[in-house]
Amino acid sequence: MSLVADALLTAAAGFMLISIVVLYRAVKGPTMQDRVIAVNVVGSNTVVVAALFAAATDTPGALDIALVYALLNFLMSIAISKFTVERGGVL
Amino acid sequence: MVTVTEAVVIALLFGGLFFAFVAAVGLIRLPDLYTRAHSASKSDTLGAVLTLGAAAIALDTGVDTLKLVLLIVFMFITNPTAAHAIARAAADQGIEPWTADDADPDGPADGDPADAGGDPDDPDGAVADGGDRR
Repeated sequence: MSLVADALLTAAAGFMLISIVVLYRAVKGPTMQDRVIAVNVVGSNTVVVAALFAAATDTPGALDIALVYALLNFLMSIAISKFTVERGGVL
Repeated sequence: MVTVTEAVVIALLFGGLFFAFVAAVGLIRLPDLYTRAHSASKSDTLGAVLTLGAAAIALDTGVDTLKLVLLIVFMFITNPTAAHAIARAAADQGIEPWTADDADPDGPADGDPADAGGDPDDPDGAVADGGDRR
């Protein structure tokens, strides 16, 4: 179990580094939708990190956090893409 | 000695990290909003799903695995849908897709000050002009 826990935590660290790299696009990137896509990717990486944390440290409560965060992440993307268009017929 | 479960978990973690890395590279390097949405929706979804599968195998109690399977199904449905909604909002706003004509023939667009400054006669140029991207 120790090897698996170490591997899961290392993968979580890798996902965090990837999220930090993706933040470059959220800061830089020239249109509104670029930022929304970057924040969406960071959010789904956050969900993965929460799930990996739950599996590595055997705290199943973090899985509920991951589920709720995935829902909120999806809702955030849909809401922003609706609000940035005047008529709102996005989906 | 590495058991089969550990080997499967580590292989899935490697696959997930690889696809997440590919998604990040695509998000940084690709020239356009639409190509970036493509990278984010496909590669990032696959990377997240592979990694969540690794976590689901590592946690072998019933309810937690069920939650992770639910999370995987949810990721598969919502992540491309969100990217599609964002790209469609961009298309409704009139952001033009990048074409080969927008490519700078003299080399990387970063080194071209005439392109990077944006044109004052085109207020939409900052978003629509492919040459202005980084």
